[in-house]
Amino acid sequence: MPPTSKTNVEGVAERTSKVPAQSSAVMSVVAPAVGWLVPGLGHLIQKRWIRGLLIAASIFVLFLLGLALQGKVYSPNTGNILDILGFIGDVGAGGLYIVTKGLNAGEGAIHIATADYGTKFIIAAGLLNIISAIDAYHIASGKKQ
Amino acid sequence: MELSHFSAALIFALCASVVFGITQKEKTRDMVNYAAYCFALFVGGVIVAGWAMWLIKH
Repeated sequence: MPPTSKTNVEGVAERTSKVPAQSSAVMSVVAPAVGWLVPGLGHLIQKRWIRGLLIAASIFVLFLLGLALQGKVYSPNTGNILDILGFIGDVGAGGLYIVTKGLNAGEGAIHIATADYGTKFIIAAGLLNIISAIDAYHIASGKKQ
Repeated sequence: MELSHFSAALIFALCASVVFGITQKEKTRDMVNYAAYCFALFVGGVIVAGWAMWLIKH
């Protein structure tokens, strides 16, 4: 029966074309989320191995060096606008921030001059991770290769 | 752990340049070029700022 077979062929074609679209839609949510949680993972799950590893290395090095330099990890709701801005930067590091706060690390050492470099390293790592998560979204949504 | 001002600036410049290069450009060659450009600007800025502060002090 030609009409039925035609309908079936179109139906199959429609279903198969929807599968990549749905997968892309799911990936465009998952990639930035996991990219925020674990730096570089948003690229790695999309098989951008070198980019993912380079991003992960850069962000992990900055964040961990910041902690090693006794930089401060900001907390939310301190009431100070500069602390709130610092918190926004820090929380961009995602899982690194959560783990650090969970371990009560990153108290800061105001009597050591270079500790301020550590604080800035940690904020920069968070901000770079936000940029990376947005890039992972662009790759997932097809805006970038 | 302690770092000198210059080594801290170099590490920051390297890490930030890598992420900028990867996220801001499409092709691999452009990424490398842009990362090198950002690194040069970061380090050049540090050297210029260092000399500016030296001139102000003297």
